[in-house]
Amino acid sequence: MTFRQDHLLGIEPLAPDEITSILDLADDYVALSRSPDKHVETLRGLTQINMFFENSTRTQASFELAGKRLGADVMNMGLAASSIKKGETLIDTAMTLNAMQPDLLVVRHPHSGAVDLLAQKVNCAVLNAGDGRHEHPTQALLDALTIRRKKGRLHRLSIAICGDIAHSRVARSNLILLGKMENRLRLVGPPTLMPAGINELGCEVYEDMAEGLRDVDVVMMLRLQKERMDGGFIPSEREYHHLYGLDADKLSHASPDAIVMHPGPMNRGVEIDGTLADDINRSVIQEQVEMGVAVRMAAMDLLARNLRDRRAAA
Amino acid sequence: MTTLALTNARLIDPETGEERPGGLTVEDGVITALHDGSGPGIDCGGLCLAPGIVDIGVKVCEPGERHKESFRSAGLAAAAGGVTTIVTRPDTTPAIDSPETLEFVARRAREAAPVRVLPMAALTKGRAGHEMTEIGFLMDAGAVAFSDGDRVIADTKVLTRALTYARSRGALVIGHVQEPGLSAGAAATSGKFASLRGLPSVSAMAERMGLDRDIALLEMTGVAYHVDQITTARALPALERAKANGLDITAGVSIHHLTLNEFDVSNYRTFFKVKPPLRSEDDRQAVVAAIASGLIDVICSMHTPQDEESKRLPFEAAASGAVGLQTLLPAAMRLVHAGDLTLAQLWRALSLNPSDRLGLPSGRLAVGAPGDLVLFDPDAPFTLDRFKLLSKSRNTPFDEARMQGVVRATWVGGRQVFGELT
Repeated sequence: MTFRQDHLLGIEPLAPDEITSILDLADDYVALSRSPDKHVETLRGLTQINMFFENSTRTQASFELAGKRLGADVMNMGLAASSIKKGETLIDTAMTLNAMQPDLLVVRHPHSGAVDLLAQKVNCAVLNAGDGRHEHPTQALLDALTIRRKKGRLHRLSIAICGDIAHSRVARSNLILLGKMENRLRLVGPPTLMPAGINELGCEVYEDMAEGLRDVDVVMMLRLQKERMDGGFIPSEREYHHLYGLDADKLSHASPDAIVMHPGPMNRGVEIDGTLADDINRSVIQEQVEMGVAVRMAAMDLLARNLRDRRAAA
Repeated sequence: MTTLALTNARLIDPETGEERPGGLTVEDGVITALHDGSGPGIDCGGLCLAPGIVDIGVKVCEPGERHKESFRSAGLAAAAGGVTTIVTRPDTTPAIDSPETLEFVARRAREAAPVRVLPMAALTKGRAGHEMTEIGFLMDAGAVAFSDGDRVIADTKVLTRALTYARSRGALVIGHVQEPGLSAGAAATSGKFASLRGLPSVSAMAERMGLDRDIALLEMTGVAYHVDQITTARALPALERAKANGLDITAGVSIHHLTLNEFDVSNYRTFFKVKPPLRSEDDRQAVVAAIASGLIDVICSMHTPQDEESKRLPFEAAASGAVGLQTLLPAAMRLVHAGDLTLAQLWRALSLNPSDRLGLPSGRLAVGAPGDLVLFDPDAPFTLDRFKLLSKSRNTPFDEARMQGVVRATWVGGRQVFGELT
């Protein structure tokens, strides 16, 4: 096992062998989670605090379950509404929590870079559960684990990421991770949802779904982030669905055994056709959710090992 | 009669473009003689002696946020940085938009600042972009230029009238060129870096669009106009054409845009958040070349004090701006040491051109010019420690940077305001 990080702030700082370590360990935790006794005591005695400055049901539940299966004491704090309105700064909130001696802080925040900032001010391990449009590392790791288990490898695959790239931290983390593992990456979407300069990152950019999906092994759809649209990126949902919504017809351009992924929650009938999303022969969306818990268990386990080593050395 | 005699110096004369050994005499605040550098007087030890820096666009946070910067602290920082004239911005709280606030500022500056302070006033009331200020009264009260700071007057009709009226009074208007719709909410320049960091960004083209609009209005109104900062390659051809067409336009650039680029933001370092945001390396090199050619006239510090609280926030939420009075000279020396500019070229942009633009007699080493001088060692190395800065706010992007160029003494009107030489 190689894992040298104090925090999991993004995919960018990780080396390929560290990514492989997380995925290998996560495979073990998939097996554990499928066994009758899902509980171990790996994180016994450690306190995990989930700080969500932005509402989330799925990610928070996944982290909570991961911590509990590993035997940590887990506390959830929904901060989307409370302290920010009282005028407390992010740093003050972090310092307050830090004083409660947590060991693992899981943080989601609407501003890019906010989790990095917070990690500088606390002395426990911090996991980024999504910061603004920057990174969402555990999502990219769970996607990678899903691909590796379905395709038998995580390199030299042709992978298309489709939709609202501009507002998506999932897209950024996936782009970095899949790039580090030497895959061929395509981004497909309307140019209004494509971030500037993204083609310089070594991926191919397509504006047409049929072209973009040609012969790919993996199709990753992104949620159309309606709540982030401050006006007029696309003409309408129905035109978006017509041009960019994944359905059987568009998927027919991909490799015959291509898998379909989506980070959830889905907008059925917008970025993905409902029937296709439920097609167990193509869609791996439910597996992604299952892999999410395992990957988060693995990440927290590895961070806790390093944390205990640091504390023992101190 | 007070006399200051300086000998054995290397004179930097931006007016003639010369660097030569020499000395000078200041009597009653004015340079009265230039000579070969021998004779009695203070031995400058062969260090560089140049006209003091004239810095257009300094934010002193009086009135309103004196905890960030006062006239006293800004004045001391300026003196230590070789800046002998600061031209202050009106973007205070409240804005300097009436003769009464301007008089308050002028009085505070007289009482507290050891360097010359020339105030700008707002072009529109409250910098709100709706109604022009009392341009005539404000000029009578001492306003040297009119500007809404970094706020763009989006209503073109309001701006046209303000520019027309300003022209009739012979006022200089200083504008910030940005297309306001495109730049709304931006914290970085569009491109690979901003995309990777997930920061809201603005295309460099927004600056060109803002400049194009204002150039059209100059053609309409004939006002004297200075662009506070040109920071992108794409805006330069428009500026060049406007000058070639004989419009009364000049432009500046901040030292940060000349010496840093977007990648310096690195892991969301908010001390590198400035307005407009730092640009690509290609843009930086283009504006450096434009300073060398004289297309961009003025280098300024765009001194903007911010306290720790307003910077210790996620990048998008953090305040913009960096202090620069004390780091302007050593940062600018990077351009000399890199071979981009000669000292005389640099001093043209730091001192002569801003003086000329404001109609001041300073900026030159000539008989009759004021004895506003800076003596500095162009090569002396040091590592910047932000906690040693004299500004009340220490938001510098150069913390722990290795720099060269140390101010040894500063004189304003022949009176020493900084340094140990006497």
